[in-house]
Formats: sequence, C-alpha cells, structure tokens
Amino acid sequence: MRHAHAVLELLAPVVLVVAVALFGTLVSSSTQTYVITTLVNVSIVVALYVFIGNSGVLSFGHVSFVAVGAWTAGVLSMPVAEKPAIMPNLAAFLRDTTVGNVGSLAIAAGVGAAYALIVGLPLMRLSGLAAGIATFGVLEITHNVLRYWEKIGPGLNTFSAVPETTGLGQAAVGALIAVAVAFLYQRSRYGRMLRATREDAPAARAVGVSVYGQRLVAFTLSGALAGLAGGLYVHLLPVNAEVLYLDLTFITLAMLVIGGATSLWGAVVGAVVVSAVDSFLAEAENGVHLPGGTLDLPSGTRIVVVGTLMALVLIVRPAGLTAGREVPLPRAFLRGVLTKFSA
Amino acid sequence: MTFVATVLGADWQTLADAFGLGGIYALMAVGIGLVFGVLRLVNFAYGQLVMAGAYALAFAYERGWPVWVGIILCFAVVVTLAVAMDWVVFRPLRGHSPAVMLVATFAVAFLMQSIALLWFGPLGKIAASLSALNQPWTISGVDIRKISIVATAVAAGCLLALVLLLGRTRVGLHMRAAALDFQTARLLGVRANRVIGSAVLVSGLLAATVAVMLTVQSPLVTPDFALRDTILVLAGVVLGGMNRLISATLGGFAIGFASGFLGGALPTNQSQYLPSFLFAAVILVLLIRPRGLFARAGQQAVERV
Repeated sequence: MRHAHAVLELLAPVVLVVAVALFGTLVSSSTQTYVITTLVNVSIVVALYVFIGNSGVLSFGHVSFVAVGAWTAGVLSMPVAEKPAIMPNLAAFLRDTTVGNVGSLAIAAGVGAAYALIVGLPLMRLSGLAAGIATFGVLEITHNVLRYWEKIGPGLNTFSAVPETTGLGQAAVGALIAVAVAFLYQRSRYGRMLRATREDAPAARAVGVSVYGQRLVAFTLSGALAGLAGGLYVHLLPVNAEVLYLDLTFITLAMLVIGGATSLWGAVVGAVVVSAVDSFLAEAENGVHLPGGTLDLPSGTRIVVVGTLMALVLIVRPAGLTAGREVPLPRAFLRGVLTKFSA
Repeated sequence: MTFVATVLGADWQTLADAFGLGGIYALMAVGIGLVFGVLRLVNFAYGQLVMAGAYALAFAYERGWPVWVGIILCFAVVVTLAVAMDWVVFRPLRGHSPAVMLVATFAVAFLMQSIALLWFGPLGKIAASLSALNQPWTISGVDIRKISIVATAVAAGCLLALVLLLGRTRVGLHMRAAALDFQTARLLGVRANRVIGSAVLVSGLLAATVAVMLTVQSPLVTPDFALRDTILVLAGVVLGGMNRLISATLGGFAIGFASGFLGGALPTNQSQYLPSFLFAAVILVLLIRPRGLFARAGQQAVERV
C-alpha cells in the first residue's frame, strides 16, 4: 500500500511532464517554444517547492539562484570568439574558457547550490515575515550585482550568441531530473525531518531535529535545482538581468501557490496549468485566430489574469488546486486495485 | 581618500535634495508602518496605491482641471482602492500566516500594475499641476526645492497626528488592542473590523498624500511608478523597526536620505551598487537586531504600534 503510494507520487508528475513533452512534438515550432518554456518552468517551480513546500518558509530569493545559474551556464558556454563583443570586461579565466552544453549545466547547478549554501548559512535562522523580506533582499542584491558587475557576465547586455541547446528533449530531461530529485528528497529522512519542522517546529526540535540544519539542506538542494533550471533557461532564449527578476519571481511563486505549495504534484500541476494559460495569453496579446474570429488582447493581460487567478486561489482555496496533496487518485480505488492483486 | 573627500565635501545641495527624498520616504513609511502595526501585514501593494493616485492626478492634469479637483480625485481614488483591497483580499485572508498575506499583497501589487499597463499603456502620462512646488528657494547659493520642505513638514505633521490618534484617542486604543491580539480585543468589545477599516482608511489617505508629493518630484507617471520607492521604503521600515511607528518612520527617512545622499555624492561606478549595500544592511539588521535599529533597547515586543 505504502509502496503503491510512493510509486504514484513519482509516476504522476513524471507522466505529466512526459505528456507535455510529447504534446510538444506534435505542435508547430512556434508553439513548441511555449512547451519548452513550460518544461523549464516546471524545473524552477519544483526547485521552489523543494524548499518552500517542505519547509513552509517563504522565499522570494530563488530567482537569484536561477539567475546565477543562467549567468554561469551562459558565460561558460558562449563561444570564445563571441565573448569580447558581448562581454568586453569579462575576467580573463572566463574569457578564455568554453565548456560544453552538459558541462555548463552541471556547473550551473553546482554554482547555484554553492550560492544558496552561502546565502542560507546566515538566512536559515529566519522564518515567516523576516525570511520573506531577507530573501527579497537577496533577490535585489543579486539583480543589482549581475546588472553592473561586468567581470562576471554581460551586465546590462543580453546573453545573445549562447548556443540554444535547450530543446524539447533537454528541457524534459531537466524537468524529470528536478522531479526525481524532489521525490527522492521528500521520501528521504531529511525530507521527512524538514516536513516535521514545518508542521510543528517545537515538537520536531524536541525529538532532536535541527530546524536550521534541515532548512539549510533543502535550501542548498533547491539552489542546485534552480541553478540547473537557470542554465536551461539561458540555453533556451537570450536572457538578461531584467528577465530574471521580479516578474519571474512573481509568476513562479504564483505557479507554486496556485498548484498547491505542499506537494510535488501541486508544484508540477501549477507550473503546467499556469504556463499553459500564460502562453495562450501571450500568444493572444499578439493576436490569435480562433474559430469564430480573432482574439487580440492588449499587452499586460497575462499578468492581470495570472494575478487574479493567484489572488482567487489564495482566498478561495489557500492550499492550491491540488489542495496540497499528492496524486489525487481516490484511496478507495487504490484499495480495490490492491485487494484484487493480492487476492 | 577620494571617497571620503566626496562624502565630506558633498555640497549642501546634495544634502538638501537627500533631505527632501527622506521626507517623502518617511511619509510612505508612516503608511506602511501603520498597516503593519494594526494588521500585521507587510503591504507590497502600497506603492501601487500611490501609483493609482498619481494616475488620478495625471488624468485631472490632462483635462486641465483645477489643482484642487485633481487632488480630491486622487484622494478619492486611492482611499476607495485601499478600502476595496482590504475588503476583497485582506479580510478573507485574515488569520492566515504573515507569509501567505505577503504573497497575497505581492500578487495584488502585480495585478494593479498590469491593470495600469492595460488601461494607460506603457508610455506614461504627465501630472504637473503642482510643478510650482518644484521651484527652489535659493538660500546662500543652495537651491532648496519647496517640495523638500513641504514633504518633510507634511511627514512630520502626519506622524504627529498619528501618534496623537493612536495614543490619545479611543479609536487609537482600539487599534493598538486589535494589533496586539485580534481575538481578545473582539472579546472585550472592540469592533475589530471597523478598527482595521479605519487604519486602512488612514493608510489610504497617506498614500494619496505621497502620490501628490511624488508627482511633484517626478511628474512622469508610468505603471511602475513608486515601485522602486516602495521596495526601498519597505527595506527602510524593516531597518528602523516595524513594531513602532516612530522607528518605522525614522527608518524610512534614513533610507531615503541615505540613497539620496550617497546617490548624489558618490561617482556612478560606486553608487550603482547602492541598492546592494542598502539591502545587505537590511539583512544584517534582520539577523542581528530583528526588532530594528531604532527600537527601544530592552523593549519587549509588546508595544506594536
């Protein structure tokens, strides 16, 4: 019974990710970009979930790990010949090296983890409002430094000339890695200890769980996943510091909240549903032909719709669409299947 | 050495301008601090109230309406929005954790900004009906813009009025009671919803005042009007100490003054990292002195407002 649940807990998000990827093979190439973005969003939101969902502590800072990952992968994988034009003030050791695609993603994940660890060491003492504001400070600082420090990246320029290697395949694999890591973590004793601190911190402390230590583990792990997602992002489209800032923070948090912050299934569902709505509206802002006429929405509609959706979910269904539970298969059905097999 | 020289040798002009910015930020901090004191709510969407008020002023200016009509329109719009926000979003969420409320106000902020984008477009509108206040008085070679003085005076006046309201009146007593313990206050006969409503109303009035002041300073109104300012003021409020109105206001003034002064005195290649230092200071304060720089020493976290 427990194993059946565990299998479903992993299988359902995996199936959803694969289904999205397969859908991407069927559509036109312009729509495919939206599908790939959706898969990258799944990676980011799952990274958010690993920390926020399991610990119950708010973080506005995760997009800074995404940004740092994007910077790392982008700077490292850009061909040496292109670097001086886009990043004239780059430090020498970065200027003269280029790393392949997979290598740059792995290093992005590593740098994301390292940065999250450094940030987390002091910050994981905080919770509630203080954590929200401090992580917001991290976002501001990261954005500010990446914008102006031209030794480590393009500064205000855009990451053009980065090989656009994030296709359907890589994005799907990235999302699946994120899902698998999140699953393994939440079934592990570390994940369970962290969730215990979320439910009742004093009780968890009383049985010997270090709230600070467990939060730090999750923060670092989610930093790695966010860094990886950032690497995928920079290989998908030419980003700059403004892309990896407030708007992305808002939309990914909205995905997590709308899906349901306390389950992996919720994170994936939220990312897919909101990305789908968002992509459709983005397309409609450019004018889209529907049976029955052209739909041409003014720009800005996307955020209005997603923002309304988020506020509505928070008010009407604070635990999110999935109610923060794992796969919503009815227990009665499961029991029926199991008894049939054991009979 | 050059660094010290620029800071110490900074002319009175920079000081005067920084003082004016500090005054406006202090005014914003009063509004944010008041809502936090009573609702335990950090309102990210406060800047969007200011933005809405600025659009109201621009709307009136475009049609050539007299100044006072514009100001009345601005106050009406902002107060209506503030009360509506409380009714639609904050009231249903009351009792949720502060983190959920913070996310909710974050959503509302984005929502309002996008509505402004939809409605008025990205280019921005001009609200310059009070531009006379931008004229300087010249005192021994230093231009002090009238708005600097007006903003600081208004901030001080509002703060004084609020301290009196909270400390000396029945409504103020009720507000402090509701801030301290919502349930118990209700049990003891405080009409808590009405009290919160009045706090929201007052914060709306303050936001409208800020809108009037800020449009004098920067007359171009865009959808992200006041966004940067709100983020900085929030940082300042945390820096000063959220639990008391006075310390929150001082924090707001300090961060406005610091960013105005350092922004003016330092060369660009240093001042561009200013936000990093300000937010690093915020994080440090949160870690080392969570009750804020200006909180009373040894004070229990009982006095909330």
